Amino acid sequence: MHELQNALTSNSLIFAFAFIGLIVYISGKLSRYLTMGRVHGSAIAILIGLGLAYWGGLETGGTKGLSDVKIFGGIGLMGGAMMRDFAIVATAFEVNVIEARKAGLIGVVSLFLGTLIPFVFGASVAYSMGYTSAIDMTTIGAGAVTYIVGPVTGAAIGASSDIMALSIATGVVKAIMVMVFTPMLARFMGLNSPRSAMVFGGLAGTVSGVSAGLAATDRRLVPYGALVATFHTGLGCLMGPSVLYLAVKALVG
Amino acid sequence: MIIYGTALLAACHLLGAYIGDLLGIAIGVKANVGGVGIAMILLISVRHWMRQHGLMTQMTEDGVAFWSLMYIPVVVAMAAQQNVMAALRGGPVAVIAALGSVLLCAGTVALINRLGPQDPDESWKESTAKESHA
Repeated sequence: MHELQNALTSNSLIFAFAFIGLIVYISGKLSRYLTMGRVHGSAIAILIGLGLAYWGGLETGGTKGLSDVKIFGGIGLMGGAMMRDFAIVATAFEVNVIEARKAGLIGVVSLFLGTLIPFVFGASVAYSMGYTSAIDMTTIGAGAVTYIVGPVTGAAIGASSDIMALSIATGVVKAIMVMVFTPMLARFMGLNSPRSAMVFGGLAGTVSGVSAGLAATDRRLVPYGALVATFHTGLGCLMGPSVLYLAVKALVG
Repeated sequence: MIIYGTALLAACHLLGAYIGDLLGIAIGVKANVGGVGIAMILLISVRHWMRQHGLMTQMTEDGVAFWSLMYIPVVVAMAAQQNVMAALRGGPVAVIAALGSVLLCAGTVALINRLGPQDPDESWKESTAKESHA
């Protein structure tokens, strides 16, 4: 047993390939035989991943889900920002340039709406729950944009660490909800073309949420959504500590 | 050589990340601005140029296609390392703020997509990296 653990730990990335392969295989079977293909295999795989992340957090008390468990350390590398972005860039190979260009303007509009709507809503929820200072409202509102915009904004305007934690939690909950709800709401949102995926990428924000949500809906839509969503965090980090903070400050003093 | 494709992809990724960082510094933001998007645009342009000049071989294409097909497994691994515990501990503020944002945004996506032009052109469905949709 000890030797096996050793072999898995010292080859953690390789073990991650095998392990994720197994999850994807099981998910495919569950999709076909349990849901008769109605729920996409990728959606099930992502849910299993989230479940394992919960278990990992419970087991280790760490912040990186399953990858905090020693033998699953390779998951952290395989699913980390480096590999995620590498694989997303690779999907650009399948982008139909004409389609992407057609949706350029509406993509930009979606980006701005995707920053404003969550921010205003998040800040309002914060206010109604008793976080009435401009700094707290802005930090929590920014967290509702993405879990990177939240702490970057908070750090820039001097938020306290518990507000930062709350802001990050808001962003993480949002990313997870986007992953889970996108396939369910795909038909309602009209996610069936490159244009619609670009609108979605701008509005839903969070690259992890968008990429997983679209992957679970239709893999071919991923590059279009990701192409827009990648500008989301930058725009949020730009607007959060500046225009949005000043606007909140002007409103609540 | 298959490594050419992967190296090309890596070069676009790195250049995009670099430009994204520079862009962030230029507009005074502590984040990478659109690095992935810039890398994607670079890759699309390079591919177009290489095809026109007959430099793109099937092997080179495969070196990129492999990674685009690895996308879903990578996303599953990404899901497995989310801080789900913290998300659940965040309490009502986090949950309400997140749920409301997601639903409002979903509604807006639905609205925009219904108002927009319905495009009957299905050519984008022709994927270069083939994989069966089980």
